[in-house]
Amino acid sequence: MESLSLKKDFPVFDQNDIAYLDTAATSLTPRSVIGKLTDYYNNYSANVHRGVYRLSHEATELYNATREATARFINAEFEEIVFTRGASSALNLVAFGYGLSNLNPGDEIIISELEHHSNFLPWQQVAKKTGAKVVYVPLSEEGRIEVEAFASVLNENTKIVALTHVSNVMGYITPIKAITELAHSQNAVVCVDAAQSAPHLQIDVKEIDCDFLAFSSHKMLGPKGLGVLYGKKKRLENMEPVEYGGDMVETASKDGSTWQAPPLKFETGTPPIASVVAFFEALRYLQNIGFVALKEHEQRLKKYVLDAFSNIESVKVYNPTSETGMVTFNIEGVHPHDVVTVLDEDNIALRAGHHCAQPLMQWLGVVATLRASFYVYNTLEDCDRLIESVKKAVTFFKEAGL
Amino acid sequence: MNRLENLYRQIIMDHYKNPRNKGLTDDTRYKQEHIKNPSCGDDVTIQSFVEDGVVKDIRHDGSGCSICCSSASVLSVLLKDRPVKEALAFSENYTKMIANQPYDETLEFEDALAYQGVRKFPARTKCATIAWKAFESTVKVEDNDE
Repeated sequence: MESLSLKKDFPVFDQNDIAYLDTAATSLTPRSVIGKLTDYYNNYSANVHRGVYRLSHEATELYNATREATARFINAEFEEIVFTRGASSALNLVAFGYGLSNLNPGDEIIISELEHHSNFLPWQQVAKKTGAKVVYVPLSEEGRIEVEAFASVLNENTKIVALTHVSNVMGYITPIKAITELAHSQNAVVCVDAAQSAPHLQIDVKEIDCDFLAFSSHKMLGPKGLGVLYGKKKRLENMEPVEYGGDMVETASKDGSTWQAPPLKFETGTPPIASVVAFFEALRYLQNIGFVALKEHEQRLKKYVLDAFSNIESVKVYNPTSETGMVTFNIEGVHPHDVVTVLDEDNIALRAGHHCAQPLMQWLGVVATLRASFYVYNTLEDCDRLIESVKKAVTFFKEAGL
Repeated sequence: MNRLENLYRQIIMDHYKNPRNKGLTDDTRYKQEHIKNPSCGDDVTIQSFVEDGVVKDIRHDGSGCSICCSSASVLSVLLKDRPVKEALAFSENYTKMIANQPYDETLEFEDALAYQGVRKFPARTKCATIAWKAFESTVKVEDNDE
């Protein structure tokens, strides 16, 4: 991948000389996606699914075109794609739409300590309300979810399995297909948090065979505030809406009301139309690059950084064997927030904190970590800047006596 | 002095490495406040013992970055043995100083003056003020009791 030619596609670099290494939090937006956002407001701006006039009809066509493209992107069907506010909102919809009405006291929900708070807290809450129990897959020594460990907690009480596809801190890929197969053998429903996988891996929901899968537009070059819930047709049909109102209703009367078929059943109110329309362009941009080339590119950058870090004595990397483009590390004896200020002085954008994964921080036995994540616009030069700045931080804090 | 050296002043690093008044007490005469910054994980507990309107003792504990932890130590030294009113005036003006607003420069901030460097780092102002916020709560609770 010729990285330098991609950088110019991202207008944020016109104004900022930064090494942006925080894609796992949110990605940058290409000019072409921004163009589609303004194009909608300039040329359509009408509502979807409502008007019978031309502009509304055209806006609806564009909106549906993205639903179709999203379905193709993960090998799903048009009516299996629900637009939400984000992956968090999609996971909450599964927990409260499906979980709340299908869980009973004694039932078990399997999650893991790798989960982002968005795939942990909804289940903790639903368990509290239903009397179901949250069970954790024991992580391997490296911090991975492995099939054998999953099998050890799976039993006939397991009703829901909600696991991350790629950990947002460790970057490990969960063997989700094998896990889904096992889960289905106990008739458990599988919900996959794909927020960190959809931007980096080719996903085929038919191959995985999961029941639900959630991801966010903003982590894969699309607009912020938009997410996707994939649900198998029959799951969505049997799932309760959690929001009621316009557009999701079929007939509303004083004696009772009926709902639209999925996906509209779950999309009440005027959706973020411009974002949906522009997400089409983000998918197109990603597909033009291709996941094989993308993976190669991310691996090259990650390996480059890992090699350099292995020569810096006080740098501890927590996920050296990770399959995706994410390096989670600390400088020993220095709090990550202190380190990140040194990096920020060198215009390097990188996450320091607990990454919305406090159970994992507890598992790692640290208060917080630094995390560098790579994407389409990153270059070896970004890596060099990171490495130099980390070296600088090591020296600086050593001289300060830490 | 460059920006970083100005932020990580020796005084600050000294309080970070050798914190004064660290460790909590079970003494029930102390009022306690625990504050956590959910975005970064800074976690501070401040205890203060007020008698006759005077802050007789301040204890602290917690985990976090150097700016956060050291500031708990610094305030525990600076505000001890001061009338509550005066301690709160320090706290209020310290917060203004960090936020780069006009503040009462006649106050003798001593070691706390070292945190002026934080003004150039807006992303770190929370680190520098979280312990002070906690302290304010411990003495304001006392006020309500009176």
